[in-house]
This record gives sequence, structure tokens and C-alpha cells, in this order.
Amino acid sequence: MNQKQLSAEPIIEAEGLSVSYGTQTVLDVPSLQVYPNEVLVIIGPNGSGKTTLLLCLTHLIKPATGTVSYRGVTVANNTAVLKLHRRLAAVFQEPLLLSSSVWDNVTLGLRLRKVPRGEIKARTEKWLERFGIRALARRQAKTLSSGEAKRASLARAFVLQPEVLFLDEPFTALDSPTRQALLEDFLSVLRETKVTTVMVTHDRNEALALADRVIVLIDGRIKQTGTPEDVFGSPIDEEVASFVEAGNIMHGVVSSQSGGLALVDVSERHLEVVSDLTAGTKVTIFLHHEDITLLLPLLQTTPSSARNRLTGKVVRVFPIGSQMKVTLDCGFPLVAVITRRSWEELGLRVGETLIASFKASSIHLIPRV
Amino acid sequence: MDTIINGIVQAFWMLVHGDPQVLQIALLSLLVSGAATMLSLLIGIPLGTVLGLSHFPGRRFLVSLVNTGMGFPPVVVGLVVSIFLWRSGPLGMLHLMYTPWAMVIAQLIISLPVVTGFTLAATQQLDPKLRLQILALGASQVQLVWLLLKEARLPLLAAIMAGFGAVISEVGASMMVGGNIVGQTRVMTTAIVAENSKGDFAYAIALSVILMALVYLVNFILTMVQQRSKTR
Repeated sequence: MNQKQLSAEPIIEAEGLSVSYGTQTVLDVPSLQVYPNEVLVIIGPNGSGKTTLLLCLTHLIKPATGTVSYRGVTVANNTAVLKLHRRLAAVFQEPLLLSSSVWDNVTLGLRLRKVPRGEIKARTEKWLERFGIRALARRQAKTLSSGEAKRASLARAFVLQPEVLFLDEPFTALDSPTRQALLEDFLSVLRETKVTTVMVTHDRNEALALADRVIVLIDGRIKQTGTPEDVFGSPIDEEVASFVEAGNIMHGVVSSQSGGLALVDVSERHLEVVSDLTAGTKVTIFLHHEDITLLLPLLQTTPSSARNRLTGKVVRVFPIGSQMKVTLDCGFPLVAVITRRSWEELGLRVGETLIASFKASSIHLIPRV
Repeated sequence: MDTIINGIVQAFWMLVHGDPQVLQIALLSLLVSGAATMLSLLIGIPLGTVLGLSHFPGRRFLVSLVNTGMGFPPVVVGLVVSIFLWRSGPLGMLHLMYTPWAMVIAQLIISLPVVTGFTLAATQQLDPKLRLQILALGASQVQLVWLLLKEARLPLLAAIMAGFGAVISEVGASMMVGGNIVGQTRVMTTAIVAENSKGDFAYAIALSVILMALVYLVNFILTMVQQRSKTR
């Protein structure tokens, strides 16, 4: 978040929100702000209360306690809620189109707002064009493919020129190529409109691609708030780290400290880490998969600035797209992600012994209590 | 076999010549059953929508009542309505017994659960998230209900067909509360029963053919509307 956003008044301010089903509290958010022109991404595992939080923020469900105010004004009654809904737009995981034409669907919100006919036409044409579905305007919504239907539901939201756009896992149900194409279009629309956006997702790549600010919600509680770099680079605790898939998570103890370089013992191995933590501190260690370089043992003697070198045997290899996820046994499992081409060019195989090399500064330590 | 063929031929002649008695019976059938269906739509669609879309204590019990009502024997309905409308009954002062109005009331009681039940099923099968989406688009409560009913229009037209079908074809209740009085309360079904008991099978078959043609015509029109809105 930049300085301008920090100093601005929040558009949405939630206080003391809680929602329970029976005796179970599914949401407990003491305070949350949404600032003008930011893209706020709420991430968390399934069932963490993300959707419930989004529905509370949009006044589509009523929390057990707490208030959500817009531009400093609390939304008091049904009339105010209706007026508020006519300033917002929401896109859910399913396209939720009505069984009529694409045109009817995309114009529905504008017709409910009693926007003049000429303006409806101009705006709808613009947004159908923008999402590449102009040619589908006369088609029945039910005959669209899932990608086309999602485009229609996004167009239906953007055509409203909302003050705040809410999205609940909008790209989840799509197959990978469709999703990628739509994500790119969506990103460019977001940059262009600069609309204040609140998006819920469990996908960290979407969060990394879109977010100005990330909120991590686990078990109905906000665990961490920060820039994507903060959250993914320095998860506040193990729970957040394991969710954001920060990479390798290990436990260890700082055995010595000299001039900002800590030596950490992990399963009889020693890691050098840039850290001010003192000797004897128990720590959780995070190391991104992508920050590990794999070397063949014969190159072991090559001098390098990377302070850490661990020898390990390849126990598992798993392809993810153009990359390979390689698990080494270094006395503890260590996962590295390398490109498929590197894997092939090095002629690597399961059972082979390799050196994992990484910099002292790529490790992130969190003291354990 | 001859009887059936004679009946069909007779039906054709009565239609071609516009037999005044048959036309009058057919018209009364349409009016009584049409009015009963209309009234049951006016009450049953809002009732079914409320039952289908809302949650309140006792809802399930009401739904079970509606479902039971869908299978009410018309004779029992006729009996209950007779008891109420009988000269000495609680509503006897209205003097409705043996009038078309009595038949409308009985048929309304028969078709109301059918229409309510179909509406309930139609609105219940809508995605619950659709409600949130429509509200988020800025719909008022009234606009929301309208849009949801429009979304459920195909099964709702089935509700009309089922409601009308249930009453145009019933005979027990109409016989009991209408009395099959010639020129006053005689409708297609009661006329068929009467002709059959007199032994005039050909006339009974002729009336049956006309009744079925009538039912088919009404359902044909509704089906056209339904299927057109499907492709639109």
C-alpha cells in the first residue's frame, strides 16, 4: 500500500464483525478497512469464512454483531441497503446468469437503477466489447461456455461503474487456459478503471497478480494484513506460511550469532541465515521453493556467494506445468522448484545425490514461543 | 367398437353443427375450471413462492400439508364443501349450493395445493445464490420476487397446466356441489357420467372426445408459450 492510500479515508470500514452458526463462530473480525482505489485480496483456505466476510461487507447478510459503514455512513435500514447495492457490484464463483439473453443479463443492473436507455446501450456495448463477448449479445445465457458466462458476469458488474467491486473466487471454476486468458483481461481492466476492489480467493497466484494489499483469513480471523510481498515473503506464523505455501517449513534452533548472521541447527545440519536472533532461540524456518538452486556434486567445489549447501538424495519428482517440483532428503525433506529444461539438461533422476544451494538472505525465521 | 365409432362421429357432428346444448356445457366447464384455476394462481403462486424461498418455524409442516393437498380426492373436497354450503351449514345463508360458484369453490380447493406445490418446487430449485446476485445487482424485494418467478417460468407454466388439468377433469366434487342441473351446473364431466348412466354411450363418448380436445387445446396453447420462452 502506498502513502496516498494510507492517508486517504477508507471507503468501507467494518467494526466488530462476528457471525455464528449455532455455537460455532465462523467470523470474528474486529476491524477492517478498504481504501479508495486499492485491490484488497482476502485469502484463506476453504471454510475460513472468506465468503461470509464478503457477504457482510456487501450487506447481503447481516452479521450477528458489528457494523459496516460506507464513507463514514452506517447503513441503517433496508432502504439504505438497497441504495448501497446500487453503488456496488458483485461477482460470485458461479456466473449466476438469468435465463435470458446475454444482453438482458448485462443490462439488468442498469435497468434496475433506471439508467436512461441510450446510456445503457452505450455502456453495455463498451463492456461487452471490452470482455470480448460483443458477438454473443443475442445469445441465450444458458448456452454459453463457462468462460463466456464468466465474462458476461464480469461485464454485468463493470457496466455498473461501481464504487466498489466485490469478487468471490471469480476464476476458480474455470479450466487453466480459459482462466489465464480471463485473468489477463481482468487485470488490464482493473488497471484501467482503478475501481476499488475486494476479492476473495484461495489462490495465492491470483493474490500475487492482483493485490495491492492482502488479508489472510484463517478460521474466521484475520491472521495477517500486508502487501503480497509481506504476506508471501514473511508469513507471520506457521499457519499462514503453510497456507500461502511459502515453501519449505522447518523447525530449528539458533546455535550461534555473529554480526547479523545466525547459525541455525536443523536435524544435525547447519544453515546460515541473515538474522539478528540470539543463540538458543527456537525458530520456524521458511525457505521458498524457487530460492533453491540444485547442483551436481561434481560442481560442489565451484566457489559461490550462496552461503548454504546441503547434500541430499532425490526422493520424489513432480511436474507442475513447465516446472518440476523436486523433493530432496537432506535429513529432512527439502523441496525445490526448477524448470523442466534444467531437470532434463542436468539429466537428473530419482535416487541421485545433489547439492541444494541457497543464500543466507533467502531464509525467513520466525521465533517460536 | 361400433359404439366408439358412433360416438366419435357424433362428436364430430355436434362440433360441426354447433349443438347449442354441448356448446353451453363446454363453455360452463371452461368458465368454472378457468375461474378456479385463475383464483388458485392468484393465491397459490405467492403462497408457493413464500414457502419455497423463505425459512420460518412450521414451514416444513405447511409444505407437507400442501403436498398432501395435491392428492386430495375430489369427492372428499365435494363432501366438505357441501357440508359448508348446505342450507343448514355454516355458509348456508350464501345460497351457493348447486350454483356454478359452489363448483368454483370446490375446484379452487382442489387446484390450490397443486399450484402451490408446483410453485414451491419451481422456486426451490433455483440456485440460492441467485437471490444474493439479484439483490447485489440492486433489486428491491418486489423486483427480486418478480425476477425469480420469471426465472422459474417454465415450471410455473407446468403449475398452470397441472392446476387446470386437475379441475377440468374432476367429476366428484362438481357433481356433489353443482348437482348436474341441465342449463345451470351441468359441465362436461358430470354430463358424461349422466349420459353413461342413462345408457347413451355414444353421446357420452362424444362428450369425452370434446372434453379431451378442450383439455388438449388449452395445454397446447400453454405448451407453446412455455417452449417459446425456453428458446427465447
